Amino acid sequence: MRVDEIDRAFLRVLAEDATLSAGALGRRFGLSQPAAWRRLRRLQEAGVLAGRRLVLDREALGFGVTVFLGVKLAAKRRVSLEDFERAVSAIPEVQSVHHVLGLYDYRLRVAARDIADFERVLRRRIMVLPGVGEVEANVLLSEELRPGPL
Amino acid sequence: MQISEPDRRLIRQLQRAPDLPLGELAGRAGLSPATCSRHLERLRRAGVIRGQRAVISWAALGYEVQVSLRVTLEKSDPRAFDDFLAAAREVPEVLEIQTFLGRVDVRLHVVARDMAHYQHLYRARILTLPHLAEVEALVQMSEILADRGLPL
Repeated sequence: MRVDEIDRAFLRVLAEDATLSAGALGRRFGLSQPAAWRRLRRLQEAGVLAGRRLVLDREALGFGVTVFLGVKLAAKRRVSLEDFERAVSAIPEVQSVHHVLGLYDYRLRVAARDIADFERVLRRRIMVLPGVGEVEANVLLSEELRPGPL
Repeated sequence: MQISEPDRRLIRQLQRAPDLPLGELAGRAGLSPATCSRHLERLRRAGVIRGQRAVISWAALGYEVQVSLRVTLEKSDPRAFDDFLAAAREVPEVLEIQTFLGRVDVRLHVVARDMAHYQHLYRARILTLPHLAEVEALVQMSEILADRGLPL
């Protein structure tokens, strides 16, 4: 989809606060409420605005540790990819799963209460997945989301 | 702040559908609308619920390529991290910057319009970042699961 300067400005502020109304966006960028609403609608219909995420203080909710895992499959048959994906997606602590090309086959993001809890997830859930081979863990220290090329 | 069982139920529902109207949210969390809005207010004030962000589809904007760059730094210089992170922030195509304890020091999540664009970015903007010792690329093939909520 082609977007103009105002669309980009909308996306930049909505990435920070998705609850802004068409009226609020319009006031901020000098558009009428209906004009802002039409733009929002167009961005949604084109799939550029693809939903919302709740932003939480994970630590306050008892999840003090986030670990990124690189997983290599030991047996790379097509059936084992599907089995692996189904099984890994069923683990509640696994927050995201991406199939990648490179040193590893999958990139996982895992949330745990603390390092001991992470060890439990790793040993009892991850290491027993069908086809799992080498696993590399990196413990998240800090994270910054950038606006991207807008 | 102490997180109660109703708080947990509320956040579970909100993680699934952040834009639920209050009445609907209260019903799903098994609370009255008044109790529900009191809990929400308390969670927001305490900063447990920080807000909501829009998910932008970069593919829909014409960015077909996503790459996870695993970076190790030349750490002999005490300013290595700060210099590297400051320079990485200047690259518009960088969507996420994470630092780690482990074999990888920093991860950059990068989008590009196509492989030619990525190639250019990699050479002109990534390999030129200060204090970079090693970089490995994981090219994203598909998203199997994205941003599942916490298992509360």
